[in-house]
Amino acid sequence: MSSTNATVSAPVMPMHDPKGGLIVALNATLRRDLTLMLRRRGEVLNPLVFFALVITLFPIGISPDPQLLAVIAPGLLWVAALLAALLSLDSLFRSDYEDGSLEQLLLAPQPLAALGLAKVAVHWLLTGLPLALMAPVLGIMLALPAGSYLVLALSLALGTASLSLIGAIGAALTVGLARGGVLLSLLVLPLYIPILIFGAGAVQAAIMGDGVTAHLAILGALLAMALMLSPWAIAASLRISING
Amino acid sequence: MWAFINKLRSPKWFYAISAKLQPWFWALAALLLITGTVWGLAFAPADYQQGNSFRIIYVHVPAAFLAQSIFVSMAITGVVFMVWKIKIADMAATVMAPLGAAMTFIALFSGAVWGVPTWGTWWMWDARLTSMLILLFLYLGVIALRGAFSSRDSGSRAASVLAMVGVINIPIIKYSVDWWYTLHQPATFTITGRAAMPLEMWAPLLIMVLGFYSFFIGLTLMRTRSEILRREASKRWVRDLIEESR
Repeated sequence: MSSTNATVSAPVMPMHDPKGGLIVALNATLRRDLTLMLRRRGEVLNPLVFFALVITLFPIGISPDPQLLAVIAPGLLWVAALLAALLSLDSLFRSDYEDGSLEQLLLAPQPLAALGLAKVAVHWLLTGLPLALMAPVLGIMLALPAGSYLVLALSLALGTASLSLIGAIGAALTVGLARGGVLLSLLVLPLYIPILIFGAGAVQAAIMGDGVTAHLAILGALLAMALMLSPWAIAASLRISING
Repeated sequence: MWAFINKLRSPKWFYAISAKLQPWFWALAALLLITGTVWGLAFAPADYQQGNSFRIIYVHVPAAFLAQSIFVSMAITGVVFMVWKIKIADMAATVMAPLGAAMTFIALFSGAVWGVPTWGTWWMWDARLTSMLILLFLYLGVIALRGAFSSRDSGSRAASVLAMVGVINIPIIKYSVDWWYTLHQPATFTITGRAAMPLEMWAPLLIMVLGFYSFFIGLTLMRTRSEILRREASKRWVRDLIEESR
């Protein structure tokens, strides 16, 4: 007995590979997600096209009058960007859920909250940031008053990061459901409202000539809070969706 | 403390204890609501600006209080359920959600009715109406999420997480008046200070608020008991109970 045992016993496998620390895992997740997203360019471009399309609908639906458009432009741009970001959320964990790599993420020795944060960072980098960069161009088309373009891009860049973080909670909660898309927007949109208020408020303030720093500071504070709390909610939600 | 938490794990114990508590809360609710209604509607003096229409406050404010408190209770029971795996907490959260949504709707509706004589319009996009509307959407989201899962346990845990996330919205509701000043009059009623209203108006309001809370506790106990029977229907003690009552 003892001799067979000796031959069968496997080489000692450490539970935690010393080389696979948190930084390595984060790096790997970031690089993997970036590569995957860049290979599916459609998924990156679609929210941008959607953003441009929605913005096109408003002058057609309301009025092409530049004076009227200039008044409503900050809100329109923010709402359209918010919807575009929302649209891209459903795919955040969907493909990983379907091919099983999300389960591997859960099994990894590194904290799921950190790995989820890496995925959200990629989502913002390829959705929120392009939306923020594209918004000034659409602002020109809506006759957005001069002097507010930089604030528009800045507020969107800050705001969409919070949107991605909060939205990821909803995406994680609904990833296990077959038709979670509409439910996802129902869950996430109410939570988006504070960010919309201060994001659109920042652009409005820039047009009025008031100080924008207060609005941007609050957006930053909301981002800091989302950054602190949402990874845990994302991790808990992913566990519910996988184990349930 | 731990003995109490361990007792809470047993639905049977909760079923028995809530049977004893429930009549007291119903009696208290009936007493307070009848007193508050009669006092508020018939005896409290009319407002010198708004006349008799201000009496809507006796429904509007308690409903708005409950609407926010129930969401906080849902988040608390969510934490209790997630941390200690106490099923009673989740059952209570399940039955509280529709009541909270209903209270939010009542607050919104009574506010709209009140808006006609005072503002001259049914709806005003001001801070508190808007955040109340958001609260209603949050309630609907929690209810919809719970219903969307085929396994009850996943639905419970998902709804708990969403309630905890959504409770961040409560302070935003509370302080939105300061953030975003608009037409709505500043808060008229707080538990600590009562400067904005004379005592004859304020006392029935307090009674109504307490009555609404008693009603909420009584109804939650009753509905949690039904939920216990529904979920534990296959358990021995529930079957014995049904045998006894036959």
